[in-house]
Amino acid sequence: MTLPVELRHDETFVLNLGPQHPATHGVLRVKLTMDGEYIVKAEPVLGYVHRMHEKLAEVAPYAQFMPNTARMDYLHALAFNHGYALVVEKAAGIEVPERAEYIRVITVELNRIASHLLWWAAFLLDLGGFTPLLYAFDDREHVIDLLERITGSRLTYCYMRFGGVYNDIDDEFITGTRDFIKRLRSRMPSLYHDLVTHNIILIKRIKDIGFISAEQCRKYGATGPVARGSGIDYDVRKNEPFSVYPELDFDVPVYDECDSMARYMVRMDEMEQSLRIIEQALDKLPDGPVQAKVPKILKPEAGYYYSAVETARGSLGHRLVSDGGKNPYKLKLRSPTFSNLSLFGEVAEGMLLADALAFMGSLDLVIPEIDR
Amino acid sequence: MNRVEQTKAALEAIFPVEEQEQNESTQVAAEEAVENEPSIERQTGVITTPFEKHGSHLDVLCEPSQVVDIAVILDENDFFLESIAGVDWLKKEQLEIVYDYARYDHDQCRVTVRASVPRSKPVVPTISLVIPGANWHERETFDFYGIIFEGHPDLTRILLPEDADFFPLLKDYMP
Amino acid sequence: METSIWRPILYLVGIMAFAGLNAAYLGWCERKGAARIQRRVGPTEVGFAGLLQPLADGIKLMSKQLIVPQGVDGIIFRVAPVIAMIPAITSMVVIPFSGDIQGRAMELSVLLIFALASLSMIAVLLGGWASGNKYAIISSARAVSQNLAYEIPMLLTVIAIVMISGSMNLRDIAIDQQGGFWHWNIFRFENGHFLYMWIGFIIFFICSLAETNRAPFDMAEAESELVAGYMTEYGSMGFGLFMMGEYLNIVVGACLTVTLFLGGWDCPFGKTPGVWWFLLKIYVLIFTVIWVRWTYPRTQIYRLLNLSWKILIPFSLVNVLVTAALIKVF
Repeated sequence: MTLPVELRHDETFVLNLGPQHPATHGVLRVKLTMDGEYIVKAEPVLGYVHRMHEKLAEVAPYAQFMPNTARMDYLHALAFNHGYALVVEKAAGIEVPERAEYIRVITVELNRIASHLLWWAAFLLDLGGFTPLLYAFDDREHVIDLLERITGSRLTYCYMRFGGVYNDIDDEFITGTRDFIKRLRSRMPSLYHDLVTHNIILIKRIKDIGFISAEQCRKYGATGPVARGSGIDYDVRKNEPFSVYPELDFDVPVYDECDSMARYMVRMDEMEQSLRIIEQALDKLPDGPVQAKVPKILKPEAGYYYSAVETARGSLGHRLVSDGGKNPYKLKLRSPTFSNLSLFGEVAEGMLLADALAFMGSLDLVIPEIDR
Repeated sequence: MNRVEQTKAALEAIFPVEEQEQNESTQVAAEEAVENEPSIERQTGVITTPFEKHGSHLDVLCEPSQVVDIAVILDENDFFLESIAGVDWLKKEQLEIVYDYARYDHDQCRVTVRASVPRSKPVVPTISLVIPGANWHERETFDFYGIIFEGHPDLTRILLPEDADFFPLLKDYMP
Repeated sequence: METSIWRPILYLVGIMAFAGLNAAYLGWCERKGAARIQRRVGPTEVGFAGLLQPLADGIKLMSKQLIVPQGVDGIIFRVAPVIAMIPAITSMVVIPFSGDIQGRAMELSVLLIFALASLSMIAVLLGGWASGNKYAIISSARAVSQNLAYEIPMLLTVIAIVMISGSMNLRDIAIDQQGGFWHWNIFRFENGHFLYMWIGFIIFFICSLAETNRAPFDMAEAESELVAGYMTEYGSMGFGLFMMGEYLNIVVGACLTVTLFLGGWDCPFGKTPGVWWFLLKIYVLIFTVIWVRWTYPRTQIYRLLNLSWKILIPFSLVNVLVTAALIKVF
């Protein structure tokens, strides 16, 4: 977008977007310096739901931090579960049974679809389309029901254990998942794409808006669909294979347009890839235990450990420092949207307010994950 | 592992030659040290760590003054900054800053850069002028540990309230 | 004309009742319609199928305190919602519901309606300005630029209609279209030429969506950007009046569209003209408006203005010229 007017820095006013605002999906505050409807400077102010999870990790044994992980990215909580389980397993040298790994992948991917569906709904809501929200929630409800059956909760899961998962999946879950795959595949083209993706108003709203170059992505450490919408072929599941992802065949959708539409398309395509992963994982699902024998109190040897997983929003890193004790000495969470949001100020400069909000929606922010 | 060797060679250029030689001679010992005890004990330099075990290919221990040079080299090699973490080693009276770098690449190479500063004077140069994404990460580390990033354009509280007068992740912090 | 004292009173009461009922029940229709489109059921609890919901809403709104926040321009803040309602109700006076039912058949009724339509824009401007809220001010600035932009193509299309009918009286325009849908202005034949008035109809319909601040042109109350736009600081009946004014504007817009293009109270098959046809037509139009709102996302303010200045105004100008040429020259 080219600016029709020259920005004048002497006639500006400050507009507080948030902390309570319909478009910030939580309690993010953005301090906007505006010239009319044009943004001169955008400065996100974080910390409104900061709960100091990193300190909480240090004061309790390893296992007790697991429920906290789900309280950060509440939309893709299982990936946070998974990431934390992986780093502790890496540190303590725990082998995970194969069946458990497959179940982890299936549930994480189901959760990813749920997360993308909710993003899609909220994004359309940001753009003023109300109806898609209800359609997406309709589908998401099926995923949540499936996950509730085996994990026991609907949003903040605590399903993973070190060395496995808490509960085995049953035939009803498998048939339910297969039905859901069929259902989403049949609804995807007609409902999601015909009604929304090909809508001229939507295309005009998000095409060529919010341009993030690949270089900007790298400078700010953006990952996930934000980076993939800028032509960067980076997905932790492929680049740094963990769990059983190397045994499953899936593609990483990459779009080169660098705009909000590209990020939108990446997420839409990712849902289909997740369906493919689930389908294959269900086919390959081996028999066996879902939980390895793990000592009650873990004391990983002292050292530095890092493990990354791909959440719906990007690369989630756990930096674990152990001193050989039963509590983590230090657990740093590298949350993807923290880095993704740090782009916002630079990119939003000179944008119209409405475009900036559409752009913010395309970043897929989950505020508790940024604030931790 | 080509990428790892390349990066290692690039990073070793920073460290003085005699130290590097020393490193190579003690590298086997250093790797064993990684396996056995906290690798904070070892000397400055670059070593290869087993990725399956530690999730990082290269482990760089450096002086606080060297972090900017390392950031420049890694930036030139198309690395991006994953995160900055602080670690409070209370018994050694040291604060450690851990930088994690990675690449958008299938030829994966993760680099961990570590630098220690005394707890009494926690000052380290900022890398946010080289890597703008470090801005928020450094603010967060300042927020939690009180580590001063010298030259940072806006070193203010980010997650805690503006008027907070404590650094919660220090081990001796009592709420 | 012989007039008894009862006639104005009767029409006053009738119009107020029609306006009030529409303002209240369009809210219900919108909620039910939106619910159906979104695969929900909508209000069901209050009364049969939630039919008493508007009443409950009204009681709730009226029983709430009218909060005038600090730092607002008190008088204008209180007056603005009233100004939002008045022009909408007043417009009803000149609308011909059927051959017999009309408050007052004025010679320049088309002009009057447009004058009143501009007044409701003033209400938005005053409300937003007096609130002293940055979102409200941005919203009212948007509303004004949007209304200005869309009034021009709207008036240009009406000029074409006035040329065809040769009158600015809504009653005359409606009478001119009696006798089946082939007589309606939208499918108008004049001098053996088809006048392509359906283009005018589409322009007019888009403009009336924009004039009444309806999606996809609801820039003034784009809640994801401007919270609630000019209504942000309003609560209780201040908000209620704005909402009702908005629904009434939709009704007036639909009435105007029906009178100008769809033959007023005329039966499509030329059999039994009457007020029921008029009502049927306006509610079909209103349903379309609701349908559009719950289907499309919102557009962008500069695209909206571009649409008006770069597409609709040139098209409506060409429309006027072609119509004039077809009627008078060929």
